[in-house]
Amino acid sequence: MKSTALTAGPPAWLQALPFGAVFLFFFVAPLLLIGAVSFWPTSDYELIPGFTGQNYVSIFEGCSNLAEPCVTLKTYWSTLRFSLLTWAAALLIGFTIAYFLAFHVRSPGMQTLLFVICTIPFWTSNVIRMISWVPLLGRNGLVNQGLMGLGVVDKPVDWLLFSEFSVVLAFVHLYTMFMLVPIFNSMMRIDRSLLEAADDCGASGWQTLWNVIVPLSRTGILIGSIFVITIVMGDFVTVGVMGGQQIASVGKVIQVQTSYLQFPLAAANAVVLLAVVLMIIVALTRLVNLRKEL
Amino acid sequence: MNRDRRSRGFWPLALVFGLFVLFLYGPVITIFVLSFQGPEGGLTLPMRGLSLHWYNELWKGLGVVDIGAALRRSLALGAVVMVLTVLLALSAGLAFRKRLAGADALFYVTVASLIMPSIIVSLGIGLQFRLLDGGIKWLLEAVGATATLESYTTSLGLYTSGLGAHLTWTLPFGLLIMFAVFNRFNPAYEEAARDQGATPWQTFRHVVLPLIGPSVVGIGMFGFTLSWDEIARSSQAIGDLNTLPLELQGLTTTVTTPSIYALGTVTTGISLLVVGLALLGAAALRRRGGRRTGA
Repeated sequence: MKSTALTAGPPAWLQALPFGAVFLFFFVAPLLLIGAVSFWPTSDYELIPGFTGQNYVSIFEGCSNLAEPCVTLKTYWSTLRFSLLTWAAALLIGFTIAYFLAFHVRSPGMQTLLFVICTIPFWTSNVIRMISWVPLLGRNGLVNQGLMGLGVVDKPVDWLLFSEFSVVLAFVHLYTMFMLVPIFNSMMRIDRSLLEAADDCGASGWQTLWNVIVPLSRTGILIGSIFVITIVMGDFVTVGVMGGQQIASVGKVIQVQTSYLQFPLAAANAVVLLAVVLMIIVALTRLVNLRKEL
Repeated sequence: MNRDRRSRGFWPLALVFGLFVLFLYGPVITIFVLSFQGPEGGLTLPMRGLSLHWYNELWKGLGVVDIGAALRRSLALGAVVMVLTVLLALSAGLAFRKRLAGADALFYVTVASLIMPSIIVSLGIGLQFRLLDGGIKWLLEAVGATATLESYTTSLGLYTSGLGAHLTWTLPFGLLIMFAVFNRFNPAYEEAARDQGATPWQTFRHVVLPLIGPSVVGIGMFGFTLSWDEIARSSQAIGDLNTLPLELQGLTTTVTTPSIYALGTVTTGISLLVVGLALLGAAALRRRGGRRTGA
């Protein structure tokens, strides 16, 4: 029964209007414009309407030869690799921590406290959290000092900072929370009596984990995965700062192109990126539904 | 029995948790400590002396960048984003409880905005305002306002395109929090107020708002801190004047002294201060709301 109190007051559309208007003007319209501008001819400074497929052609120029991948494919491959590595690490860590908090920490007070401890770093600036790796990973950083002190290496290791390693490390550091929170949320909704039932039926801890908890945390895993993958696919800030401005990613390509005012080209790249991200999301949702049926 | 079995995994997992917390906090604590280096100190350990030297350097300014102005801009923008996020999300949250035409479409757009790669949103808004500029110039020319035309530069700015870009990031969080709040909300309180003859506004003001007050403060906190740290969506859409995180991102390549750690410590301090104030505010509201409803 619909409560009458709910229908009282100003009409719903009026209440939702400002909110909807913001998204119409600052989200839907810009996306449509990107689509349109991606077909405009490239010119040096001005935006001149027109229709050409040239932007897309130049993105994929020479990409038919798979033996020697073009720049675009290489860039997408490295971006995709960042996404997958970050996703795998964030999933493993996020799931483990959420599992510990949800099922091994018994008192709700302690649970909340530990959860809050995990979320506090989320409130500090991302750039700060990135540069905070410099004193640890740099040539004279703490890790190198430690390794040399232990005699593991005799000269500083170079690949720790401004490398693909540091980029992925920073991603995991920044975005594991986006995985942990939804998984923890899903786990807290699991009926505890299901675990007791599994236990009574003689399931081992691992069996319970794999056959009960993982399937029931599916929604959280899916939401977290979508977050992490979409963030990493479009990122240019982390790749820039942690890669020493040397490593390519799709987001970085778009950013560089806009800084040279090559808007139609950047727009075409954005459309391609969006298509790739959408395909990943569709694949993810399929994957999860498939699991449900099995 | 059950308990014994589980507790076998407890200590290894607790160790993993401890390492995770160390991983989260270690680096940030390192730069916090390093920001107090003496004048001879560098970007890495060991500490050479202990002083506020680098804070003093920060105070004097870092090269050509006016950090103070960027900080004030970010604070002001964050405050505006916070207020708008609260008002718009609260109002939309109330609308979603009623029969709302197009509710599904609006919800999907909101979620799409949340997971859209930021560079795309940022590029789109940047493009939109550049095209608007073209339109405005054309219009000014058409009406012959040459004086205005000459002084006109761009419609891109902190409180136009920049504000919009930030709202596409903060509003989805606001709406999702509103959903969580109203899922647990008991409409019987509203019924009761209505039966006592309260107007819709009185019901909202004296019954609903006190009950959801703490969450509303939470939305405000999300709005401010998300805007305060935002880079990706600002990057193409902010106009000529940068926000603090954008300046900070630029400084990472040019500043090679611990003063950048001092700046990092200061901005982190402001974030935590806002979160702390919000938590205190929410706690105070909860106590007041609890007393009123006798819960």
